[in-house]
Amino acid sequence: MLLKIAEILFIFGVLILGAAALTWVERRLLGLWQDRYGPNRAGPLGILQPVADMVKILTKEDWIPPFADRVLYVIAPAIIIIATFMVFAVIPLSPSLGVIELNIGLLFFLAMASLSVYSVVLAGWASNSKYALLGGVRAASQMISYEVFMALSLAGVIMMAGSFNLRTIVEAQQGLWFVVPQFFGFVAFFVAGLAESHRLPLDLPESEHELTAGFHTEYSGMKFGMFFLGEYVGVIVTSAMIVTLFMGGWHGPWLPPLVWFGLKMAFFVALFVLLRAAIPRPRYDQLMAFGWKLLLPLTLANAVITGGVLLAGS
Amino acid sequence: MLSQLRSLWWVFLHTFRKRDTLQYPEEEVYLPPRTRGRIVLSRDPDGEERCVACNLCAVACPVDCISLAKAEDDQGRWYPDFFRINFSRCIYCGMCEEACPTYAIQLIPDFEMAEYDRANMVYEKDDLLIAGTGKYPDYNFYRVAGMAVGGKDKGEAENEDYPIDPKSLMP
Amino acid sequence: MAIIYVDGRPIEADENTNLLQACLQAGLDLPYFCWHPALGSVGSCRQCAVTQYQDENDDQGQLVMACMTPAAEGTRITLADESSSDFRASIIEWMMTNHPHDCPVCEEGGECHLQDMTVMTGHNYRRYRFNKRTFRNQDLGPFIGHEMNRCITCYRCVRFYNDYAGGTDLAALGQRNQVYFGRHEDGPLENEFSGNLAEVCPTGVFTDKPLGERYTRKWDLRSAPSVCTHCSLGCNTSPGERYGVLKRVQNRYNGDVNGYFLCDRGRFGYDFVNSDERIRRPRMRGPDGRTDMDAGELLERMAQMAEGTSLIGIGSPRASVETNFALQQLVGEANFSTGLSAAEQRRVELAREILAEGPVATPPMRETENADAVLVLGEDVTATAPRLALSLRQSVRNAGFERAAELQVPSWRDATVRELERHHRSPLFQVVPWATRLDDTARYNLYRRPEAIARLGHAVAHAIDPDAPEPVGLSASEADHAADIAETLKQAQRPLVVSGTGAHSEAVLHAAANVARALHRCHAQPEQVGITLTLPEANSLGQALLGGEDLDTALERAAAGGHTLVVAENDLARRADGDRVRQAFRASRQVIVLDHLENETTDQASAVLPAGTFAEADGTLVNNEGRAQRFFQVFEPDPVIQESWRWLVALAWSLDAETEMLWWSQLDQVIETCSRSCPELGGIVDAAPRADHRVQGLRAAREPARYSGRTAMDAAVSVHEPGPPRDEDTPMTFTMEGYGGPGHTDPNLIATTWSPGWNSEQSVNKFQAEINGAMAGGNQGRRLIEPAGASDWYPAVPEEDGEGWRALPYHAFFGSEELSAASGPIRERVAEAWLGVAPEVLEERGLDEGTEFELRLDDVSVRLPVRALEGLAMDCVAVPVGLTDLPDHRLPADCELIGPEAN
Repeated sequence: MLLKIAEILFIFGVLILGAAALTWVERRLLGLWQDRYGPNRAGPLGILQPVADMVKILTKEDWIPPFADRVLYVIAPAIIIIATFMVFAVIPLSPSLGVIELNIGLLFFLAMASLSVYSVVLAGWASNSKYALLGGVRAASQMISYEVFMALSLAGVIMMAGSFNLRTIVEAQQGLWFVVPQFFGFVAFFVAGLAESHRLPLDLPESEHELTAGFHTEYSGMKFGMFFLGEYVGVIVTSAMIVTLFMGGWHGPWLPPLVWFGLKMAFFVALFVLLRAAIPRPRYDQLMAFGWKLLLPLTLANAVITGGVLLAGS
Repeated sequence: MLSQLRSLWWVFLHTFRKRDTLQYPEEEVYLPPRTRGRIVLSRDPDGEERCVACNLCAVACPVDCISLAKAEDDQGRWYPDFFRINFSRCIYCGMCEEACPTYAIQLIPDFEMAEYDRANMVYEKDDLLIAGTGKYPDYNFYRVAGMAVGGKDKGEAENEDYPIDPKSLMP
Repeated sequence: MAIIYVDGRPIEADENTNLLQACLQAGLDLPYFCWHPALGSVGSCRQCAVTQYQDENDDQGQLVMACMTPAAEGTRITLADESSSDFRASIIEWMMTNHPHDCPVCEEGGECHLQDMTVMTGHNYRRYRFNKRTFRNQDLGPFIGHEMNRCITCYRCVRFYNDYAGGTDLAALGQRNQVYFGRHEDGPLENEFSGNLAEVCPTGVFTDKPLGERYTRKWDLRSAPSVCTHCSLGCNTSPGERYGVLKRVQNRYNGDVNGYFLCDRGRFGYDFVNSDERIRRPRMRGPDGRTDMDAGELLERMAQMAEGTSLIGIGSPRASVETNFALQQLVGEANFSTGLSAAEQRRVELAREILAEGPVATPPMRETENADAVLVLGEDVTATAPRLALSLRQSVRNAGFERAAELQVPSWRDATVRELERHHRSPLFQVVPWATRLDDTARYNLYRRPEAIARLGHAVAHAIDPDAPEPVGLSASEADHAADIAETLKQAQRPLVVSGTGAHSEAVLHAAANVARALHRCHAQPEQVGITLTLPEANSLGQALLGGEDLDTALERAAAGGHTLVVAENDLARRADGDRVRQAFRASRQVIVLDHLENETTDQASAVLPAGTFAEADGTLVNNEGRAQRFFQVFEPDPVIQESWRWLVALAWSLDAETEMLWWSQLDQVIETCSRSCPELGGIVDAAPRADHRVQGLRAAREPARYSGRTAMDAAVSVHEPGPPRDEDTPMTFTMEGYGGPGHTDPNLIATTWSPGWNSEQSVNKFQAEINGAMAGGNQGRRLIEPAGASDWYPAVPEEDGEGWRALPYHAFFGSEELSAASGPIRERVAEAWLGVAPEVLEERGLDEGTEFELRLDDVSVRLPVRALEGLAMDCVAVPVGLTDLPDHRLPADCELIGPEAN
């Protein structure tokens, strides 16, 4: 029992530190790809920048606008933090490491991802300002749409592994990572993950060029910090899920399983940042059209074909 | 779709490029002479204040951060009684310099004027006035204008005839 | 209305005007210099050239001067063609060959007609390589600065100063391109309207000197529509402020009142607002002298002192209707005094009666210019109502205009009409106590003592209408004069009688009223007869309409003891004997005075509250025509300085008074209550729009759109910019946020005129419904008085005067009016105290002017140098009001004059 608690605390700590470090990593990487340095003043290579940011954000005035719906306004940032952290409970980091083993692990992940929508929508609603509301409305339709393909894209994986249990899914990739047979599922899941964590280029709920800061326009201080943290944890979670579902989880030669998992995850995190550096934000109608007209048939076809092939093989 | 991947690749290639950032303040920044930085008030070649308090800089200023009042010495020369620039509002657009008919107000290549207290960003005439002529070494407004001031009587400016005696009937 | 075609577009034009005026009227931009709406056309500057075509087939056309060409039906012109626009550009270029490189150091810059016109024609580079001619300047006194180099020789200055205003000491000197506009030597310009030169001059030759000394450009002046407080005419003004200092007063066009011009007293009298004598802190007089005090504490102490006393309120004719009404509410109608001495109250009340209950209407001041026969009875109009004198001066031109019409010369052809006026002048008769500045316009002047003036007036009335009371024992020559004047007035189409309270004589007012009544009864069109009465102060008539007991009665009651005296904006020492005032003050438990400036009354008061001047308060004044006009606060002073009515409301709170005024927080509430409870003042609600009025959805802005330095002007005090002050009382803002420029729906809210491309005051044509006519949306103010026709003849004809010296009140143009006398520039022109005697008195005794004489008036005596006053009766002494230590309110009075006998 104590061991389990230590494990939970370890994962929890790693995740928070990882998210904090990610704020620095992202800016350094963006700097790298934009021919500049990024944060390089606080500590060696600017490594203490997250600490400085944290001090700053914690000492900021935490202001609730008088026109806001106070209860929802306060609850909203908590939801996103809780929901994203919960997802990590079901992810097996290595053969021995993992908080809990659920035989409906994948469904749990999907459920939690759906819950985080509430955070964004409630934030937009409770702020009672036009930008926040628009951001919230966008978030609602974007995230609900992409959840559909996210789930559908996983149909193939589930069929091939024959289980919702994530550990079973990882173990099923012993020989061949699912990214090969399930390439289209992988692509669809990657895009859907991008949309779910509303990261650039699919950050339409925020889109600071049009909506100031979208759903969290009115937030300040640590409440804003929680959205910020939630987003970065979301990036890590999405990367971890991709690794788990498609990239063979901890499997890999020579190196210990946990390191393999970490490296694969780091690769996808870096890919997220590269996307941000390179790709501009689509128009809203393009986003929706891409989802419903391309990803939906693609994932459906993927599910049908995978099913057909599996049936034929058995 | 392909172009998206291509731009991903191109951006990734920037990993191996040299960085453009200049590490100020460890490295000196080169500022061209016409850089628009701190505002100064210059003096004419005779060492007098160039500013004649015409208020054109103040009205040209898009953020209304210049305020001054005219005074006149006993020989008719206009000068600013006070001249105040609130640099905490200034956007260094240089409109004041363009509006100035006497080359008095000039923007110089100096931007290192940050303060911890905003009140210290308010510069008065003493803080603005420099000893030299700045960018335009030769110009002296009062040598061109028709007003009589100390050291220059009527008819002594450039392109001026000696004053007329209106009671004379000479052709 | 005629249709003329400009660039092929038909526009409506008055066929009695010229093409320039028609174009400007239609909103077109056509440059001009020498033309001025009030001065007409002379065609000397050649700037308004346009191409005129014979008919639609004519494609050549010829250049004509728009200002010299009638706007006849079917005229076809173009402004846009190359030949006329080139012509206009080269005229400007030619004018600019000698114009100095002065704009940055020129007071006209930013509101310069020459700048506007230069930009309009497109000239921007001096190609002329040769030297500029220069001039030396003159010192023209404390009002007007002179910088001759800038002259473009449009002749507007001398045309205004000499032809329009009757000045004699400004002339065009020299020849060819060396014409010089100035005096024969340095010295102050003598004419009472010299200040208008700053506005009339299209460039920076003549500028406002007091403005120049603490100069601010037009775009930096915060202005509000205001009304002049320095005489009873209520000329509309536009005061401008910056950095908390009132910088200048400019004319504000009102087609019914002052038109384009102001007098120097009105233009330069504002400076008392900036005076060192201003009361800026509430203070109390305790056992150990005066102490400045926090307003709250002071009010509390006053309330303690007032416990158990009854209130007596003394208002003032120089305070607004609202202030007087608030005081009346505070103390109760029975305890309210108008603040006028008993004699003055009788005269003002009589004037009100003549205007409101007599048969004859008083015309707006601008309409007096149309009178074709004028009788001035007993009033030195230039001294007591200066702007009216300028209008009367124009009235004598009407015969010239008529002759011009007969000869089919348009009235705007100024030079021609002026030529005709040499032989055709409308009659103006002056029956006055001494020679005045209007003498040169009069057909003849009769200099008489006040009683004789009244007798002659009655004689005129009797000669017009035999029903009028007849003066007995009139000399034959006097009867001849009366018959002549009566005959002339009877024949006139639009006769006008001008009189006033300046002579301090009810008899003169009676006579004037009788003459007007007689004319009214005999005239074919009785509504064309007019009577204009000048009154002592800006709100004298408002006080008469509000009502209240006179000052003498109030002081008597106060002397009984045990009262709390509240005095609003009134220096009682000017209106009652010092001893009586002191006695009343001593007997009262406390004396609370609200005022702007230190004076004898504030000196003796037990508590003094700093009251806002016209520039720091809103209010309504009723002028001599019965026109209620609102003046608006120009700037927010130190918050300790408040409108008097606000102080009175605060006083009401601390005294626990049970009145409606406790709930007043906005000016509109005061005005509404006032108009409800005093029906005669009912119209003041319409004098200006209420605070919730909006101009195209916006408040009206006090600052021009280009107001500069907003984030720097207060930065030295605090770098955190304060929010703009809110204005609860008026539909205006104190900042530039709000409506500015043409298109105002209510002329009462137009502080300054500005229109794109028209930065000078000439832009007023964009705000008028008709050039030289009414403002768009009607003229400012609201008339409260129309004649009821109920009264009868005034039967009392005074007897010839007895023997002995008599002291008469002389109203000096500078110095006699209380507030303007505290203005810096005016002070430079106020003479040392003097006494006026007939020149013959000095001649007889062989004495020179300046000899000291002693004047004894009952218990007071003064020793002052004398001046010869042309026309003054041999046994009269003129005492300049407000300049000597004599009790002016007692004048006219019997006196003793003791001087050195013959040398």
